Amino acid sequence: MKDIRAIALFVLLVGCIPVLTDSGVVLNFVMMALYACLLAQAWNVLGGFGGQFSFGHALFFGTGAYVQAMAQVHAGWNPWFALVLAMTTSAAVGGFVGALSFRYGLKGSYFALVTLAFAEVFRIVALSVPFTGAGVGLMLPLRESVGNMQFATRAGYVWSILGLVTLALCLTAWLRHSRFGAYLQAVRDNEDAARAIGVNPFKVKLWATVLSGGLMGAGGAFYVQVFQYIDPGLAFGPHTSVEALVGAIVGGMGTLWGPVVGALALHVLADVTRNLFGQLPGINMVVYGCVLVLIVMFVPRGVGSIGQTWFKRAKPETADKKENT
Amino acid sequence: MSLLEVSHVSRAFGGLRAVQDVSLNVPAGSLTALIGPNGAGKTTLFALMSGFLVPDSGRITFDGTEITGRAPHLNAALGLTRTFQIVQPFASQTVRENIAIGAHLQHVSRNEALHAAETVAKRVGLFDQLDKPASDLTVAGRKRLELARALATKPKLLLLDEVLAGLNPQEIQDMLPVVRGLVTDGVTVLMIEHVMQAVMNLAEHVWVLAQGQLIAQGSPSEVTQNPQVIEAYLGHGTAARLRKTQQEAT
Repeated sequence: MKDIRAIALFVLLVGCIPVLTDSGVVLNFVMMALYACLLAQAWNVLGGFGGQFSFGHALFFGTGAYVQAMAQVHAGWNPWFALVLAMTTSAAVGGFVGALSFRYGLKGSYFALVTLAFAEVFRIVALSVPFTGAGVGLMLPLRESVGNMQFATRAGYVWSILGLVTLALCLTAWLRHSRFGAYLQAVRDNEDAARAIGVNPFKVKLWATVLSGGLMGAGGAFYVQVFQYIDPGLAFGPHTSVEALVGAIVGGMGTLWGPVVGALALHVLADVTRNLFGQLPGINMVVYGCVLVLIVMFVPRGVGSIGQTWFKRAKPETADKKENT
Repeated sequence: MSLLEVSHVSRAFGGLRAVQDVSLNVPAGSLTALIGPNGAGKTTLFALMSGFLVPDSGRITFDGTEITGRAPHLNAALGLTRTFQIVQPFASQTVRENIAIGAHLQHVSRNEALHAAETVAKRVGLFDQLDKPASDLTVAGRKRLELARALATKPKLLLLDEVLAGLNPQEIQDMLPVVRGLVTDGVTVLMIEHVMQAVMNLAEHVWVLAQGQLIAQGSPSEVTQNPQVIEAYLGHGTAARLRKTQQEAT
């Protein structure tokens, strides 16, 4: 209940921003920050709650992006329906990769390598086959209307990505208060102990990959709607995989608000560095790398945990009560 | 009526025959023990019974169902749950959450599972520590948690792998009534135990495993006087030497 109220408050606050301002810079920032939140939350479902570190979440992102683009360009689908198809397809790809890896008991760095390899395979396939537009990529025709998910102002995009982020937040809140979420965390903490008391780790990890893949696919679909263009490098390149996992790790894995905080912090940082060192392309990745090292060394539970610790110190009694409820 | 029937089960790891042709029947409602020197294959036998390992040959039947080689989570759902010798808490979670994961086998709802966890915690004496992180528990606390988590699945048969190992004499004294209480409540218990005080105190029937083979069985006092058992523990010829010294003394 507390989580739902917090999510409602968050949606209300962020949802008001486009009403209060129509500054393109601000709205663009909010939109891209929310987009980064969505990627981080998608990764968090599998990596944070499930403990399965994927280095190739771009696989699901790219699948979502391409399905969104292809459904419109080749089949003439409405983008809102295409979004559902994009999410379902990337979820199915998640199921496929998950079934394959977990069937053979791949864990830790092996799972990370398999996801990385799959993203690379998909990138090369997308480069070679005609229906993805090969190296040229796919471009969406410009048809501005709400029904077409192409908005005249940034406000429309902010609200649609906010909707997707809300979906991800609700899913995460559900993980925190459901049997599936409890099982997922149990498998993360100790797979053998979980098996002994009736948890089927294969099934649990598989569904986590499906959910995580579906959310990531929504991120890809959104990307295509905003930029109206996708190519194999953008879709399946390592950039998105890194952005998703760094956001979640920096903010705090396996928490509800960690990925939101992390993605936002990184986004501010990336914008600042881009303004300072605009002449160096890719400098934000260098900064991400440094931040990741520092966080893993000094705040392994994520930036979000710092605030929590302060809150507990300030009000030890209320914090204790919170745990009891 | 036997709840668990193990017949002619063997398992080898390469050239090492860890369990060889072991057969035993655990009667429903009993409290029995499996003892043996280190490396005898006790934990391997538990792993075979609970499904963590698949036997090379032989059959295992639980409650009328053949479960040879069945996955552990399916066995847990049938009512056969094991604990681990090296305690395996879900370290990032509280005691309550740890136990609730076991309780989820019976309850889908999170609230019901958390509530059931409280009841179980009371039974094993963890009630005061429900909201502690599992990683903060002492060794004795972790052993209790291991037991509580397994108990929360409402098992018919509980396989306890050295729940008393690493505890001090006082902690063992505190734990004995908890284990006995399980049987009173209708749970069948088979335990691996090195603490002989506990075995003598609790078990109705004891199996002795040495080098993968069942070498003796019977009541605790019968088994401890069995020359083969003494030799398995203390080395070849010891039983004869002991008898000699005893005879000379009398």
